[in-house]
Amino acid sequence: MGAGLMLSADLDFMIKGIFSFELGGQTIWITTSHVCLLIVVLSICILSFIANGTMKKASDVPTGFQNVLELGIDALDGMIKSTMGKHAKGFLNYIGTIFVFILFSNLSGLLGLRAPTADYGVTFPMGVLSFTLIFIQKLRYQKVSGFIKGLCDPWPFWAPINVIGDLAVPISLSLRLFANVLSGTIMLALIYGLLGWIATIWPAVLHAYFDVFSGAIQTYVFCMLTMTYIASAMDTD
Amino acid sequence: MFDSNFILGCSAIGAGLAVIAGIGPGVGQGIAAGHAASAVGRNPGAKGDITGTMLLGQAVAETTGLYGLLVAMLLLFVKPLVP
Repeated sequence: MGAGLMLSADLDFMIKGIFSFELGGQTIWITTSHVCLLIVVLSICILSFIANGTMKKASDVPTGFQNVLELGIDALDGMIKSTMGKHAKGFLNYIGTIFVFILFSNLSGLLGLRAPTADYGVTFPMGVLSFTLIFIQKLRYQKVSGFIKGLCDPWPFWAPINVIGDLAVPISLSLRLFANVLSGTIMLALIYGLLGWIATIWPAVLHAYFDVFSGAIQTYVFCMLTMTYIASAMDTD
Repeated sequence: MFDSNFILGCSAIGAGLAVIAGIGPGVGQGIAAGHAASAVGRNPGAKGDITGTMLLGQAVAETTGLYGLLVAMLLLFVKPLVP
């Protein structure tokens, strides 16, 4: 028991409470996730203000920061348009927002923060948000009759299985992102915690894989799957 | 009934068994990468599209292995079975 306690004291990947307060008879903890989330959101806000200022006095021949912004927005627009086709216009904002947020959250592990997406309380609301969007598009484009017809697809008694299949979408979306980022966090914590001084410079390679590569891939996958689900919900025929 | 240390040890064995779920995605991702390589060999012009599709498919296939990891993490750190 002693060794286990010592090891778990060295391993630093759990969510820690910073302080707690009482609200309506419940104890609410402010944790490291909240703080890291706040840092990520604030940095995105500051970046957007700077970007807004840059684009207000944009020149025809882009230089410096404007170049970077146009490159990023072009890549994002191209990705969304190639997946959603003619419906792309209405979803540029939502997909772009979650893309930037997830990317910044995953990359924040590089700065020594605990990535906010390694907390199921952050990814589950995003899954529910995407699910709500999918559901609303389904009702809008297929109407209630088409929705019920889709539920009773092969036979009417198949409906419960279809409902479970629909409800699995937000859970699998959010669990995929959460578990990927969490596994990276755990791997790095194990290496730093168990190897001690041996882990000095070379874990940078692992950071490049777990934080940058895996984080970017999972961001892409989350947005891609959301877009695919929305596009299939809007398929009327 | 049982000592809580005994249950914790059994949970650790269970966590180890749960991580065996990683075999499936490993094989699946290898097959996907192999087919992507042969696709690039057949049509080198479509390398970008093939790589994107391969990475998307591999990331989705990875999910089942991650569920095993989640079960292991729950057993080790949330300790649902220890009284």
